[in-house]
Amino acid sequence: MIAPAVAWSMIAPIVIVLGAGVVSVLVEAFVPAKARRIVQLMLAVTAIAGAGIWAMVLAVSRAGTGESAFAGHLLIDPLALFVQVAVAASALVAVFVIADRTADGEDAFTPQAAAAPGSAAEDKARAAGLVQTEVFPLVLFATGGMLAFPAAGDLLTMFVALEVVSLPLYLLTGLARRRRLLSQEASFKYFILGAFASAFFLFGTAWVYGAAGTVNFTDLIYEVTGGDPRLDPLLYAGLAMVVVGLAFKVGAAPFHMWTPDVYQGAPTPVTGFMAACTKIAAFGALVRIVYTVVAPLQWDIGPALWTVTILTMIVGTTVALTQTDVVRMLAYSAIAHAGFVLTGVVSFSSLGISGALFYLFTYGLTTVGAFGVVTLVRARDAQGNIGGEARTLERWRGLGRTSPVLASAMTLFVLAFAGIPLTGGFVGKFAVFAAAFGADAAPLAIVGIACSAVAAFAYVRLIVAMFFAEPTELSAVGVKTEGLTGVAIAISAIATVVLGVWPTPVLDFADKAALLLP
Amino acid sequence: MQNFPWLTALVVTPALGALLVWLVRPLHRFARPVAVVWSLAVLAGTVGAIVAYCGADGDVRLTEQVAWIPQFGISYALGVTGTGLAMILLATLLVPLVLLAAWKEQPTMGRSARYAALVLVCESFMVAAFAARDIVLFYVVFEAMLIPVYFLIGSFGGERRKAAALKFLLYSLAGGLVMLAGVIALWAAGPRGPDAFLIDQAALVGLSPTAERLIFLSFFVAFAIKAPMFPVHTWLPDAAQAARPGTSVLLVGVLDKVGTFGMITLCLPLFPNAAQWAAPVITVLAVVSILWGAVLALAQTDILRMIAYTSVSHFGFIVLGIFAFTQTAEAGAAFYMINHGLATGALFLLAGMLIQRRSTHRIDQMGPGLQRTTPLLAGTFLVVGLAAIALPGMSTFVSEFMVIVGTFQALPAAAIVATVGVILAALYILIAYQRIFTGPPREDLADVPDLSARELWAVGPLIAALLVLGFYPAPAVDVTSDDAAVTVAAVTSPSGDPAAVAPSPSEGSAP
Repeated sequence: MIAPAVAWSMIAPIVIVLGAGVVSVLVEAFVPAKARRIVQLMLAVTAIAGAGIWAMVLAVSRAGTGESAFAGHLLIDPLALFVQVAVAASALVAVFVIADRTADGEDAFTPQAAAAPGSAAEDKARAAGLVQTEVFPLVLFATGGMLAFPAAGDLLTMFVALEVVSLPLYLLTGLARRRRLLSQEASFKYFILGAFASAFFLFGTAWVYGAAGTVNFTDLIYEVTGGDPRLDPLLYAGLAMVVVGLAFKVGAAPFHMWTPDVYQGAPTPVTGFMAACTKIAAFGALVRIVYTVVAPLQWDIGPALWTVTILTMIVGTTVALTQTDVVRMLAYSAIAHAGFVLTGVVSFSSLGISGALFYLFTYGLTTVGAFGVVTLVRARDAQGNIGGEARTLERWRGLGRTSPVLASAMTLFVLAFAGIPLTGGFVGKFAVFAAAFGADAAPLAIVGIACSAVAAFAYVRLIVAMFFAEPTELSAVGVKTEGLTGVAIAISAIATVVLGVWPTPVLDFADKAALLLP
Repeated sequence: MQNFPWLTALVVTPALGALLVWLVRPLHRFARPVAVVWSLAVLAGTVGAIVAYCGADGDVRLTEQVAWIPQFGISYALGVTGTGLAMILLATLLVPLVLLAAWKEQPTMGRSARYAALVLVCESFMVAAFAARDIVLFYVVFEAMLIPVYFLIGSFGGERRKAAALKFLLYSLAGGLVMLAGVIALWAAGPRGPDAFLIDQAALVGLSPTAERLIFLSFFVAFAIKAPMFPVHTWLPDAAQAARPGTSVLLVGVLDKVGTFGMITLCLPLFPNAAQWAAPVITVLAVVSILWGAVLALAQTDILRMIAYTSVSHFGFIVLGIFAFTQTAEAGAAFYMINHGLATGALFLLAGMLIQRRSTHRIDQMGPGLQRTTPLLAGTFLVVGLAAIALPGMSTFVSEFMVIVGTFQALPAAAIVATVGVILAALYILIAYQRIFTGPPREDLADVPDLSARELWAVGPLIAALLVLGFYPAPAVDVTSDDAAVTVAAVTSPSGDPAAVAPSPSEGSAP
């Protein structure tokens, strides 16, 4: 057996982040507790930013070459690089939100995850002021998985990446500082359903291997188009199961059930990270599979994908309307957005890919910002003590009076979600709907536009509560923090506007990523 | 100054002013004078643009074009027709007056500053809408301007402002999204070049009849909601009732004109066949708007709602003129848009002053007998009211006459039925005047103050414009006729050949 040639420079972004994750574990072991948090933060920021910049440099310098690294197990082509840049950008901003603490040194995570909720051990840990800095290596591992996910060159690598993404996220979900039981329940639910989806993916992979004798995407194309027709049912069913596994990860209906509960239970900074980065990475993988392997079968699998897309948009928007919890509302809107991105994916054209990719890029940054705002909006008791997050719509009343800057930022984010012009959300919607219209998938675009109109109402309710209602005694207030979340919100807000006013560079980048797929 | 980007300057300047007034906290104390002076500077800029316009040639002048999102054929393209520039003049004229009229409305300096900033943001969007020569740019402005108006109604209005603002937003968003579907479908059907969305480019796309009709409808629905026409007009009375009168001036006087302006600059040149196909139904809806708006105006007790319904009636006239496809009616409709902005703007401002004095919206509780104590207010209200009902000598008469005569050439029945609206108009204005102002003087109204100098300055220019254009309408009529000739030619000989889009020699008053 000859060792495969490894193009280290090509896979550097993945290696940097995963390597930083390993170093980060060592930091946990050897750096004194006092210095740990700052070291971890610097390490995470440097690694993710470095990976993002490296991927961008690769994309610029090697534009036009789709190279395989690691003997075809990883494909570092413009699609992978675009998704890596998008993941790194959102993850970087998300890390700021994750790392932030309130003025009295309280972060979003439980001091000791192993302690049973409400137990004496937990009180003791809180009193001792323990900090769970293990969050950072977990985030780094998850991010590393996300960078590898869209670059996978075969189904098994993709499965490994999927697990590397998921396992740290299951843990992170259970680490919320407040409402521990809800958080642990969410973690458990996410784990069970996630394992279910992984099983689907793996089982599908096995069927595909059984039918085609390979799991490599490049080889699979030949099998799909010209393989033994008697084995086609096995192959198609296997591919369908793989797609189901990914649809779970992107939160498409009817595989979306976990989303609201997990988003609600997880620590909000983690929710932001998950909602943005996991979605980008999983869509990157979905695009790769759909366009390399499934595209020749679009007439067979197309109707199923259309159904999923339409269902996702309708379920997401209509259920978002009825939510009274801001996080759950954002969770359902995230489902709806998965539907909009799918509109681009399902249109089977390079325009569709570039539209979907652009949508993910801008959606990711906006989402991190929106959840960042949620982390800062806190309940206040009668004595004026700041408590946990105030998530019910009732409590957001009058936020425009008490914290005008936070409320304005949130308004910008939800306007972007609603697709109002001059925000990145509008350009994204325009791009995916244009792709659908251009590819004879006009019904998808029309459903999408109708859903956008309905979804607008859900977002406007939040604006009404913030700006047109008087603050009450129960109303939330913006909490003072060390400022990292503020930085994250500012970056997200600027990105949301810039991508709406001057989207050309990112669109160009997405176009390149779309053209090079077979 | 030959190549000075006048239109971009007119778009950007108010937005900069808004940022200045809103973000620079020390300026909050002086927000009102700064905003008024700033908007007067913008008005001066409009005059400069008019001078530059007169020195240029072509149907569309002062053009600017930069690729914006070439991937989707979207350009940042500006340029004005005579009608567009006249609407920009109207918008930039109304903004300082609105700011002046709203001087004492807000309780705190901070709120005054925010109100002024939002009005200035609206001004930016209004100028951009009338100057846009790219369909998506127009759409972007069309949608984006909802947000400042939404906040103007929702944050500063009276009671029920939340519901009214929400209704306004949802109606407009729904219309806008329907239009978005049409915009994208238009792109998908065309050659999709890097400047595919330029109005002049898109007009050359050969659409199949079905596609043309569907896309036309998607645009028209958005514009009909905006305009607003029966049966999608119900948001306007609620919005006008709940909003500040100054907001209503901008909303009804200018912003809603974006709808009718869109019909003229987008619907007709881009979809001439579909426009002719749909014209009968639209004409009927326009006539229904005229009568329904007038009848409901008669029935209103709230003065702002009454003015809103009169506007529904007037918008009916504008749409009737647009879809009559004769040069006279087309020119009359464009001129009507300007006059309606002047007359209704003044009417809203005066209503606001009345409400401030009498602390009620109800027509029957404001008077009677106010004329003796506030003769100036009564006089200006009467003059403006008569302008609103198109009395000869007022500019509104000229435009209404042109619309009716022009429509009569093509559709006599519609013109005759529409005339009933003119009679109803006289009723609703005169009854309102009678209830508020006539009658013996009343003791308890003795200390109601008459118009102050500031308030006179707010409505004076509008009345002057109504009178001047009433006695000497030639400049406005010339400008709108030229544009009307182009539009009518585009509809009646829709070969897609630009050469055919020349003023038709058969009719009209080409210079």
